[in-house]
Amino acid sequence: MSSQQNIEVETETLPAGIVLRPKGDIDLSRAPAFRVEIAKWVKDNSSPVFIDLSQVPYMDSSGVATLVEALQMTNRSGVRLALFGMQERVRSIFEIARLDTVFRIAETFEQAQED
Amino acid sequence: MTPLSDTPDVQIDLTSNPKYLASVRGMILALTQTAGFDVVESGHIALAVDETLANIIRHGYQLQTDKPIHISIWLLEDEEAGVKIVIEDEAVQIDPEAISGRDLDDIKPGGLGVHIINDVMCECTFEKRKTKGMRVTLKKHLKSKTKDRTENTTSSH
Repeated sequence: MSSQQNIEVETETLPAGIVLRPKGDIDLSRAPAFRVEIAKWVKDNSSPVFIDLSQVPYMDSSGVATLVEALQMTNRSGVRLALFGMQERVRSIFEIARLDTVFRIAETFEQAQED
Repeated sequence: MTPLSDTPDVQIDLTSNPKYLASVRGMILALTQTAGFDVVESGHIALAVDETLANIIRHGYQLQTDKPIHISIWLLEDEEAGVKIVIEDEAVQIDPEAISGRDLDDIKPGGLGVHIINDVMCECTFEKRKTKGMRVTLKKHLKSKTKDRTENTTSSH
């Protein structure tokens, strides 16, 4: 029986950068697929990356770890990564892990573009 | 302390497949809200159970999907009203003292699960079972406030 589940990630390329929009819960069953999807866009990329989490009602530490990895990749390559649209339940995990000050987290895409 | 019946109010046996995590979270959410927890607290309890199961699957069973996990839930009443959740596995035993979250100032992927569990629950203990595997006991009391995140988040174990 397969343990991994796919995750739908809508992507949009805009003048401001690449917007990724994952949909659904991100836990241990879906974090590996999320990691692959993010890596496609973060690796060898020079445009800013914006991740819209408005359609992610739940995330556990597996999903958070995937985003930390993405942040480290973008930091190494000098690319900007920002999160926006985070739901309250997901935001609370970032606060518990004290990552809310490590990531650029904005309410809206417009705010996420501001430095 | 409220005497505990030997028989849990709810028992679930599942295999170590991550695809069942969402179903367990849904059950925990519904059960704890029935027990009187608000939406935020129920979400925290479901998160703690999810993180415990994920740790067992990832570290205890090395992502093997057909291994047993047993969940027992007691709804506590009276002065210690709340919920007690015991999660047991049959994986290789480890020293409970070796189980700890990473330093939060060391920003890196992974190592957050235990920290999250300790933060959102009133009590969290890890112990070896008599024969094989580990036992995690989680407790959260009604009307308890989530621990102040500026305080030490060390668990009771």
